[in-house]
Amino acid sequence: MTKKSDKVLNLLRMEFLSLQENVGLARVAVASFAAQDDLTLNELEEIKVAVSEAVSNSIIHGYDNSEEGIIKVNIIRYEDRMKIEVIDEGKGIEDVDQAVQPAFSTDPERMGLGFVFMGSFMDTLTVNSKPGSGTQVIMEKRIVNNLKN
Amino acid sequence: MLTKTEVLDESLFVEIAGELDLKIADKLRTELDRLIDENPGKELILDFSNVNFIDSSGLGVLLGRYKKVYSTGNKIYIKDVQPQVKRVLELSGITRLINVTDLYRGVGGVNND
Repeated sequence: MTKKSDKVLNLLRMEFLSLQENVGLARVAVASFAAQDDLTLNELEEIKVAVSEAVSNSIIHGYDNSEEGIIKVNIIRYEDRMKIEVIDEGKGIEDVDQAVQPAFSTDPERMGLGFVFMGSFMDTLTVNSKPGSGTQVIMEKRIVNNLKN
Repeated sequence: MLTKTEVLDESLFVEIAGELDLKIADKLRTELDRLIDENPGKELILDFSNVNFIDSSGLGVLLGRYKKVYSTGNKIYIKDVQPQVKRVLELSGITRLINVTDLYRGVGGVNND
């Protein structure tokens, strides 16, 4: 395992209201940023789904569908990876270990797959949350440009 | 979102377009439920050729419609799925419940060949 490089090559920070239409906005913005690299269509799709899930979680669970919450999305390009942070100041998660389990959902019409997709589509997933102090989702995707072309 | 619907003898054919995420989930659920309720006892064929994104919000709508249609003894088929959408469907496990198929390629007058 090589040491992670911490040199920042590019950075994008976004802050938006917890509106449903902003899920697509966040997804497209992050995908446009990521598309500056030579990623495969599959990798871009994986990033889009992961961002979509994290932002949707913030809206539905963090803010209980209130449209007045603030969601921050940061995307940072390091030499060897892309880091995406999705941060809300919502109600937080009681039991993070339970929330990340497959098929755990507090809503019967949802599949409880949000964290599963984030975990399987990205190389690392960290969820920091406490009741009353919001949720921070940090995901990383390794980038190996020199293997392409 | 629902760009075309056709009521056939044994099936209900629905063409869906767009990105199936949180923003459209409620509306999609309501519109599909209305169609299913108005045309009971038919299998549901969803044409996904113009669906270019799906996440767990969209999958939740599909799972709910599967339960609804299955409860009347019928099935759901999804045809002409784009590769990146198909991958998400497969990873979710919903393909064990809903048939993702090219079987209905000719149905509804849509043929991508």
